[in-house]
Amino acid sequence: MRIELSVNGTAHPLEVEPRMSLLDCLRERLLLTGAHAGCEHGVCGACTVLVDGVPIRSCLMFAVQADGYAITTIEGIAPGPGELSPVQDAFCETHGLQCGYCTPAMVLTAHALLAGNPAPTRAEIVEAISGNICRCTGYAQIVEAIALAAERMRGLNQPAPAP
Amino acid sequence: MSGPPFRFISSDRRVREDRRFVVGKGRFAADVVLPGTRHVAVVGCPYPAARILAVHTAEALAVPGVHYVLIGRELAAATQPLLAGLDTPKVPRRPLAVDVARYAGEWVAAVVADTRALAEDAAEFVRVDYEPLPFVLDGEEAFASDSPPVHAEHGSNVLLDRTFTWGEVEQHFSQSPHQLSFRVTWGRSSTVPVETFAVLASWDPWREILDVYASVQMPRFAEQAALALNLPGSCVRVHNDVDVGGSYGVKRGIKHAVVAGYLSRRLGFPIRLIEDRLENMRGGDGHGPERNFDVAIAFDERGVIRSMKMRALDNVGAYAGRSPFQLGKPIGAIVGPYRIDSVQYRAIAVTSNKTVQEAVRAFGQGPTNYAIERALEEVARHRKLDRLEVRRRNLIRTEQFPYLIPSGTTYDSGDYHAVIDKVVARADYPGLIAERDRLRAEGVLAGIGIAACLEPSGANSTFEPLLNPKNETTAYTDSCRINVDLSGAVTATIHTLSAGQGHETLVGSVIGEVIEIDPDRIRVVRPDSLASLPSQSPVGSRMAIMLGGAAFHAAQKLKQRLTAIAAHDLKIPPGQASYRDGDVCDEKNPTNRRTWTELVTIAHRHFHRLPPGTEPGLAFTHVMQVPGGGRLPTADGRVQMYPCFAFEFHLLLMAIDPDLGRPEIRRYFVGHDCGTVINPKIVRGMTMGGIAHGIGAALYEEFAYNADGQLLAQSFMDYVLPSAHEIPPVEIVHHVTPSPHTVFGQKGSGESGYLGAPAAIASAVNDALRPLGITVNRLPIKMAQLADLVAAARARNA
Amino acid sequence: MLAAGDDVRLIAGGQTLVPLMAMRLARPKRLIDIARIAELAFVRGEPDAVVIGATTKQCILERDPLIRGQVPLLAKVMPFVGHAPIRARGTIGGSLANADPAAEIALAAIILDATVVYRDGDKEVEIRAFDFLTGPMMTVLSPSSCLTCVRFPIWREARMGVGFHEVSARRSDFAFASAGAQIALDENSACRRLALGVGAVTSVPLRLDTLARTLEGREGYAFEGGAAEQSKLRDAVAAAIAEIEPLSDLHASADYRRRAATTLLMRAIADAYRAAKGRATRAH
Repeated sequence: MRIELSVNGTAHPLEVEPRMSLLDCLRERLLLTGAHAGCEHGVCGACTVLVDGVPIRSCLMFAVQADGYAITTIEGIAPGPGELSPVQDAFCETHGLQCGYCTPAMVLTAHALLAGNPAPTRAEIVEAISGNICRCTGYAQIVEAIALAAERMRGLNQPAPAP
Repeated sequence: MSGPPFRFISSDRRVREDRRFVVGKGRFAADVVLPGTRHVAVVGCPYPAARILAVHTAEALAVPGVHYVLIGRELAAATQPLLAGLDTPKVPRRPLAVDVARYAGEWVAAVVADTRALAEDAAEFVRVDYEPLPFVLDGEEAFASDSPPVHAEHGSNVLLDRTFTWGEVEQHFSQSPHQLSFRVTWGRSSTVPVETFAVLASWDPWREILDVYASVQMPRFAEQAALALNLPGSCVRVHNDVDVGGSYGVKRGIKHAVVAGYLSRRLGFPIRLIEDRLENMRGGDGHGPERNFDVAIAFDERGVIRSMKMRALDNVGAYAGRSPFQLGKPIGAIVGPYRIDSVQYRAIAVTSNKTVQEAVRAFGQGPTNYAIERALEEVARHRKLDRLEVRRRNLIRTEQFPYLIPSGTTYDSGDYHAVIDKVVARADYPGLIAERDRLRAEGVLAGIGIAACLEPSGANSTFEPLLNPKNETTAYTDSCRINVDLSGAVTATIHTLSAGQGHETLVGSVIGEVIEIDPDRIRVVRPDSLASLPSQSPVGSRMAIMLGGAAFHAAQKLKQRLTAIAAHDLKIPPGQASYRDGDVCDEKNPTNRRTWTELVTIAHRHFHRLPPGTEPGLAFTHVMQVPGGGRLPTADGRVQMYPCFAFEFHLLLMAIDPDLGRPEIRRYFVGHDCGTVINPKIVRGMTMGGIAHGIGAALYEEFAYNADGQLLAQSFMDYVLPSAHEIPPVEIVHHVTPSPHTVFGQKGSGESGYLGAPAAIASAVNDALRPLGITVNRLPIKMAQLADLVAAARARNA
Repeated sequence: MLAAGDDVRLIAGGQTLVPLMAMRLARPKRLIDIARIAELAFVRGEPDAVVIGATTKQCILERDPLIRGQVPLLAKVMPFVGHAPIRARGTIGGSLANADPAAEIALAAIILDATVVYRDGDKEVEIRAFDFLTGPMMTVLSPSSCLTCVRFPIWREARMGVGFHEVSARRSDFAFASAGAQIALDENSACRRLALGVGAVTSVPLRLDTLARTLEGREGYAFEGGAAEQSKLRDAVAAAIAEIEPLSDLHASADYRRRAATTLLMRAIADAYRAAKGRATRAH
């Protein structure tokens, strides 16, 4: 089937088998390998991408169903070559990762959370990432990364304190 | 050993590897693309035991896009069996079952097609004629002589049955006023990384090299793959710069690599084999220990344990690689952190018709710690003593180090009492007890969990000659090479794959510390296996000690060379030359100096200025043997196992809904002493992750089988991995007792948390159940089963 | 198209169908994607009901003000349905058509006596949720039919409250047992009207009408009184649950489900009562 996928702001016309998942399409056809296959039945969340800004499991969506949405993958997050978004930088600051396999999903989920909730509580952060399994970190440093990112982002573009 | 104050060691530096992962630029095995790659799907046996009468491949081969169907006979004729650790020649192991399949899910055939989806389509058309055979699932049943042997030629299901007696066990038992015995069971679970095993193998017939990109954590992986494929070792090139999406022991992957490697050579194109989650859970051979512990202890009125007898029976599954050695490694810490004078240890490994086990984080020490800690709890109950006090009375005292345990290992250093004191103070132990009692008054089941455990680190494989006298392996190495190029840039090497342990950061920090330059200026790379020095891969919490040690020594050689070149060029005695921040000066006349740039230039370009006999360039290598290793066991099975011993003390408060059985960890404290901490962020991550693994093993995860030999937990819907909701905040309390054996006093920490959390959680649950007069003797402790126990006890008590 | 053959299936959110396909347990030759048919995604208020289109996403059910205000029990159960990324794609119709015994939406539909509307060829059929769900993972839907909307009756009582509890291995896993209650009180806080049910305990969620009738009319102290009253209430609940033949599986025994259902229902009733009591009587 002929489709057009809009990924990270670029339109990609593609011919795909109907049964190809969005995950496989991103990885194999567009060579965007940041989304990962962990279980392929919708539990682990390693395949998370944003569709119109909302985290979804790309292993549970067929590529043909994604036609017409704005898809954001991890490759679309960094502001420029060699740079990191505040969320990505916060993950580095707290070491909110080890093997990196669940990390793109966590970063995207954090971005989506903070876009709608600039001051999440710890409970809200935990709830937001509760659909993403990490086997390395025990989640503590991930939660800290997201809280740190939130704090830093709230501090951006604030007027300087009066002298 | 170097001591503080350190410039870079122990400072809170970022882990440099994180940068590429947060932008999605990790390079996992499935990300590697080679043109012309074909894909494999495997066909698994549906029966727990069956004779394979015939494999019909014609229908599958007729599916468009299918290239080949490989069956066991063909592969066995062209390859060597996979290595076993024990001396069990009648228990051969092949990647694809040959005449008999021995567990449900065992791989019987491999289909090769243009896409993974087509390969899976075609796999359904492979028809296998099976004759189901009798099977056995339970470990104790398998041990019984009338159980159907999984391997007929071996004659029984017993792979190992060896009893060690260290010290005057019977005498100590008869002399002790009190004895008790109990059984606890560690249920079958595993580390289950989020990335399944993946391998891409590509044979180049002109260069005669098999390139292997695999998600692997396996000592001697390249050599083992080469051996099995009948290739010289120099014909297999394993790419160490592949990122591994978690392993924690299990990603041995030899059978996957043999299948993919053989197919690539046979068919002439690259072959990719990536387990899907179902293949992984059932047939990936990544299960963990499944062990019964029967423990008897002899102790006095004060609750001090004199002697222990332990029978450990492990159900390893249908075949055995290294997994039975998980009964051997704990011998090196068989008394835990306690002053037990004598031990009798019976290690039994049996086969059954279950999925094969592989190495799981801490290689058997976690389950053993669970049994040891249960012994302490039972003593406390018997003597009506506080459980913390019983620990204190039994723990090795700091002035007793180095401490020789009955099985021949010497513990290097520790101050267990200080760690406990710190945790107790931070946690406000009396306050926790009051909180527990308050919860109980509200009708909630509440308990305090305690566990004091060791993390043996540094690794050694002396359990190999210990359990298999035909295997005399005493070398256990790691290496590092440093090169400073003409521009003065420093590059160091790691010769193994990593799964996020921060080895690049570790090496950069160590070298930076020694040669006194910013670690971020040091490039760390991973050459492939053909360009690598010996490494045993990151197992047994060894890399801080071994890779750190090798990097340290190589860096010392660099520093010494630079100093010598400068002394010669300045015409001063070597002892008068002082190295500082990369430059060397004359101590007596500091303006007389040579800078880093000048020294590098001399080394690379001005041979006439080098001390006589000096090699040009600045390339240094160190291949290191594990400290304290190198000897074979004595006749009665005594030997130094691992060199260094980290200590962890867990203290937690748990509340359990009495009707629903739902557990909630309210407070969690852990004291952790792993000697000098090289990178605090890395160590904290390891401990937190290990505790999460431990919570999973204690409360959620199990590879359960039904009576028909089918694995019930085949997907993530039934194998329950803890999410962020299930892991409570954990407060870590640090202590540093340096190791005398390592360059900075560091001990390992890669297995921390997992070693003690299951024991601590079991302790909390049993404390919570104490008022009802019941105990739980098995892990995992599942919610509904716990509630059923409580309901039955309440009915009895009513 | 659907009538063309039984190798054809509908897909909306795909959150249950796609995992089945990935494991090759479901093997449709063709899929018809109805997720973007605008006519099927809506939330509409009617005098006596809130009508929700079949392909309305579950995340909408969580947030929609009409549902929160008029069908609070449905809004209450939504956070327990999977995880946010699942609710971002999953639909109400998909959940009901899948008919998992532990499904929270189905439980709400049963408790509130919702009506399901589906099309079969040219026919439009209205059927009570009670009759729509026929067994574990089974409904009256044939391969050629398509669920179009669900109608949830509105309670007009002012002093209304809801409660819902479930127990599962992890938060948001399939429940071992769940219970929901919706209660309306009169000016004296006596129970005027009550609807109760339990889910995940039997192959289809169960509405406990007899128990509800027993408790209707009881004074407030029956619900918030001391130990003796609680004990009486618990006995009534346990007696109702005792008549159920619960499921037994790898995760939980039948006995566990019975006891858990009793506990959860007690908690749901207590929550519903407290919520209702907190509401002022509307001025007439």
